[in-house]
Amino acid sequence: MADARAVPERPEMFYSVATAGFPVVEKSLSAWEKLYESGVFRKTALLIIMAAAWELYARWLNNPLLVPTFSATVRAFFASIKSGALPQAAVYTISMLLKGYVAGLAIAALLTALASSSRLGADLLETLTAMFNPLPSIALLPLALIWFGLGAGSVIFVLIHAVLWSVALNTFAGFRSVSPTWRMVGQNYGLSRAGYIARILIPGAFPSILTGLKVGWAFAWRTLIAAELVFGVSSGSGGLGWFIFERKNQLLIADVFAGLLTVILFGLLVENLIFKTIENRTVRRWGMQI
Amino acid sequence: MTAPLLSVEGVTLQYRTKENLVTAAYRVSFNLFRSDRFVVLGPSGCGKSTLLKAVGGFIAPTEGQINLNGANVAGPGPDRVFVFQEFDQLLPWKTVRENIVFALTTGRKSSRAQAEERTMHFIAKVNLTEFASSYPHTLSGGMKQRVAIARAMAMEPEILLMDEPFAALDALTRTRMQEELLQLWEDTKFTVLFVTHSIPEAIRVGNRILLMSAHPGQVRAEINSRGTDDQDDSGKLLSARIHALLFGGEIQEGVASHG
Repeated sequence: MADARAVPERPEMFYSVATAGFPVVEKSLSAWEKLYESGVFRKTALLIIMAAAWELYARWLNNPLLVPTFSATVRAFFASIKSGALPQAAVYTISMLLKGYVAGLAIAALLTALASSSRLGADLLETLTAMFNPLPSIALLPLALIWFGLGAGSVIFVLIHAVLWSVALNTFAGFRSVSPTWRMVGQNYGLSRAGYIARILIPGAFPSILTGLKVGWAFAWRTLIAAELVFGVSSGSGGLGWFIFERKNQLLIADVFAGLLTVILFGLLVENLIFKTIENRTVRRWGMQI
Repeated sequence: MTAPLLSVEGVTLQYRTKENLVTAAYRVSFNLFRSDRFVVLGPSGCGKSTLLKAVGGFIAPTEGQINLNGANVAGPGPDRVFVFQEFDQLLPWKTVRENIVFALTTGRKSSRAQAEERTMHFIAKVNLTEFASSYPHTLSGGMKQRVAIARAMAMEPEILLMDEPFAALDALTRTRMQEELLQLWEDTKFTVLFVTHSIPEAIRVGNRILLMSAHPGQVRAEINSRGTDDQDDSGKLLSARIHALLFGGEIQEGVASHG
């Protein structure tokens, strides 16, 4: 009796391979399919749907003191741009933000250098980050006001705190995750210490560094708006936070929404234009990130 | 007899883990002459990669001396260029061409124009001219290794240090790469120290084979190869002799004979 598990005998088979006459080898997608492939299109569509929902809800609620309509917000937005109040506030906020951001980056670079050069430096960075990273920057504002007075100094101090830890932590983590092979390649070329950092460690750690820069930017942006809400006026001008706070006091709620819209627009702009461009030209092109 | 290019004398290599002090190689000695294709062959754990890293200057021996051209090896340098097993040895933020140009301009301080010219010459040698402006992540494993070899050769080191460069490749690509390497050697007669755990690869690539036993790595024999698995006077195949030396006792057919 044959074994039930025996593999059946089969004849060998040969086929001829067709060279033409296939249903589809390659065909271009329809216009709609192509459009749907574009991320910009999909996101824009989502934004339009959300704006429409907002408009409908506000009309149904019919209480402009609570929720003004989308169209009223847009009108207030352009009116504030025309009057110059919004651009002035935005420029003030951005210049403040850049100062704090750049100062934060410089200190982060210093700390990371210290951490990379010695074990004690690494311990210092880790301990400081563990202590201060969870501390909301805005909580330091009252103290900063006592130390630096009612002015730009205090705001820059809290901004540095907002940027510093995430950037330093991510950069250092990135340095440590640089592949040992790249390190050996760099040493093999006989690079100087500075050349090694600039040409092996920084590009090798760039995905992490970029994450740190993004997180730092977001923290700084939030902190600044919050700080401006608490105290906006310094040397006669206020930023976006102050713009929002002031308009709320005047019950110009559409203007408040316009201020918030500006904050959102800047966030989208920086994320989608600046950081996306950097990402596309570096880590994505290098295949270090999908 | 001329003086050796590289001499390794009584070298012991140790490294520390969290719990143990491990001896990877114990009193290893050998000499390497110009244009040698010197293969270090042994099972995993015989310290052959550690030995290569020591020659590269990444690890200092705890005992013994490594001399290159009579001068003590003190650290990594462009006169001993590494080709690693890992495919990630190319810098992903540079194209194939930039990877080699970067190596040339930092390593040898040659001018930009010279470096560009040499780069294209060596890229052509490994048949990758049309991929010169590609980024490494778009290349196959074999192509990446070819770029790494081109880069190492373009730097014109005294010795090429190859750490199982073909081990992560598929069998067909590996065989082709071995042939290409020998072809390149015919062209320029470079000196190479080549580490592998494959007996057929050692026989094929090497003209001299250092056999190492494991735990800790010690030299078992140093034998010659003519590139083919020849029979000796008693009719024993070279691979069989190597197998007996490495593992002792009778050889089983087919063991460690992958290519």
